[in-house]
Formats: sequence, C-alpha cells, structure tokens
Amino acid sequence: MAGAASWSFSENDFKQIEQHLQAFLRDSNARCALLVDRTGQLVATVGDPPKFDSTAFASLTAADFSANDQLAKMIGEAEFASLVHQGEKESMYLADVAKRVILVVLFDQRTTLGLVKLKGKSAVEKLNKVFEEMFNRVGTGPAPQKGLLEGAEDEIDKLFG
Amino acid sequence: MSMINYASREINCKLVYYGPGLGGKTTNLEHIYGKVSPNTRGKMISLATETERTLFFDFLPVDLGTIRGFKTRFHLYTVPGQVYYNASRKLILKGVDGLVFVADSQIERMEANVESMQNLYDNMAEYGYDLTKIPFVIQYNKRDLPNAAPIKDLQAALNPGWPIDDAAQRKVTPDPAHPGEHLVEQAGGQWVGHASYVEAVAIRGDGVFDTLKSVSKLVLKTLS
Repeated sequence: MAGAASWSFSENDFKQIEQHLQAFLRDSNARCALLVDRTGQLVATVGDPPKFDSTAFASLTAADFSANDQLAKMIGEAEFASLVHQGEKESMYLADVAKRVILVVLFDQRTTLGLVKLKGKSAVEKLNKVFEEMFNRVGTGPAPQKGLLEGAEDEIDKLFG
Repeated sequence: MSMINYASREINCKLVYYGPGLGGKTTNLEHIYGKVSPNTRGKMISLATETERTLFFDFLPVDLGTIRGFKTRFHLYTVPGQVYYNASRKLILKGVDGLVFVADSQIERMEANVESMQNLYDNMAEYGYDLTKIPFVIQYNKRDLPNAAPIKDLQAALNPGWPIDDAAQRKVTPDPAHPGEHLVEQAGGQWVGHASYVEAVAIRGDGVFDTLKSVSKLVLKTLS
C-alpha cells in the first residue's frame, strides 16, 4: 500500500524482545519497560504491569517523541535519541530503537538515571538488532492476512449494526 | 502502518480525521466514544486548548472485534484544524492507514475546506504517501445547516477525482452509497477515481458510523 509499510512479528521475536527487556530491568533496577511503535501502538510491556491506561500512554509517548524530534531539527540536531522526564518519585527514560520503535522505561528512587541510561544503551543496541532483522524480513514471510476480509466485513457490520 | 502482533494476536490500524478547524472532527470521535460499548473502546484522550480547540490531537482506540482469531483494533486520531498548528498536524499523519476528511458544508467554509485538503495532500506527500492509494473517505458535515453548500459543489471543489493510470483499474465502478454516481468513471476522455463520501450531521451522530465503517472496510481490504 501507499502508506508506511506494515510490519509484523512472530512469537519468537516477541520472546527475544522480552528476554532483552527482562535482563535490562534486572540490571538497571527499573520498574517497567514498554515498547511503543512510532505510530503510537503498544508493542510490548515487561516488568510491573502499569496501572494506567497503556494504550493512551503509548499514543502520547509517540506524540511526545515525534514532537521532540521536530524540536531537535529546529535547533540543528538530527534527533534526540533519548529523552528523560524526571518527576519527584516516578521518572521516565525514552530511547529510540531502530528508528521505528521507542523504548520507554519507568523507574523510581530504587535506581538512578545514570544506571538506567547506562544499561539502557546496551539494551537498545540489542533491541536494534532484533528489530532490524524483523524489518528486513517483512515481505518475505508468509502472508497470513490473506482472506482476512471475508470475516472482517461481518465483524464490522456486527459492531455498527 | 498497520501492525500485526502474532504474540498477542492483535491487528492495530491507525485512522486519522483531517479537515479545517471547527469542522467537527472531535465531534465525530466524541459521538463514537458515547455510542460504542465501554468494553470495545478505550479512554478518549484530548490534547486541547482552554477553549476546547484541539491543540495536538484527540485519540480514541476502538476494538472492532475478532477476525480470524486476531483482535482488530482501530486507533482513531483527529488533528488540530487551525492552520497554524501544521507542525503538530503533520506528526499525527505518520503511519496512517486510513483517512477521513471532515469537510464543513457551510458555503462560507468552502475556502477553508479547499485549503485544508491541499494541506493534507502536501503533508502526505512529504511522508511519501499517496493519498489516491490510501483508504480515504470524505465526510460532508453540517448538512442540517441552512447555509450548507450543495453536495455537487462540494464534490467539485474537494473530490474532483484523480487520474487513473493503472489500466486494470479503468472500469466504471458505481458508488454503492449513492445510486447514479461512480467512484471510477470516464470524464472528458480521461479515467478518474473519486473518494467515497458520506453526508453527516456529526453533532446528532448522523453519518458518523457510516463514515467510520466505510473507512474501516477500506483499511481491512488493504490487508487482505
């Protein structure tokens, strides 16, 4: 299609992503890590399950990151590869993964920003690899969406009927 | 950019409501939010100014149901319509799967509609997206107002048709929603395609779900 390319990931990809994120949480002592794609869709959550609406959170994260991307360009930077929002108790660290996904780390006083950044950097490198492989595979894998529409027409009619 | 997650068995698609300021984009989402069962929709997020003008976007996730074992979720976004918010408006288009252009039918707003449509084409082109190939529906809103322009005039200004280069697509296609009209036709010796359109009074909910249904179907077709 003419829009941005679709992408999909398998259970195996998901396992790899989860393992990297779990190792990162262990090393950094952060509470929770979320992966959000640049269009605002939640890809994965690892660690303490968030108590907030994670779908809304994901769309705001993507908007936040995109807005900051534009701010970076305005001041002559190619990008801000990572962002930090520091609160009194809860803080967030956001980092770009493979230009398509955003890693969001939620952490509190049990750790420090320095440690989260340090461990985050190597986690991002590992995730970059996983996602790049995944994107390279797009179009070569099976096409399970085939025939999706037959079911879909009915579903849409049912919902709005 | 639709995302298919085999691990959680979800298909996520992004729909964007575009159009001039005060045209009824947010009203569309508010109506959907009010009518859809709370089980099938998430929270609505509005980033608006104090005077309720959309500043960045409104966001509403809606589950359409399960298709082939995959939960189908549409993320609905609106953009700020006011001209000076173009930088943030463009950001929302990133990764869009389907578009709704909410036009304000009032004669006085004709120029604002045309300007916004041009802005949509320009912003899409900057991302390298082709508006004529992406699921796209036009909603003519505020049909109840006495100063609403005739559909014929709105169509001529906002949906005149784009040339169809692909020979395979050059066949007369009737518009199922409007008898006697065509989505693909020959005009002045040239093949042209039009976006489908819906007449609406969003504040009363008329045409709101027809619009959503129409664009959702087009998006799902691109996946099949």
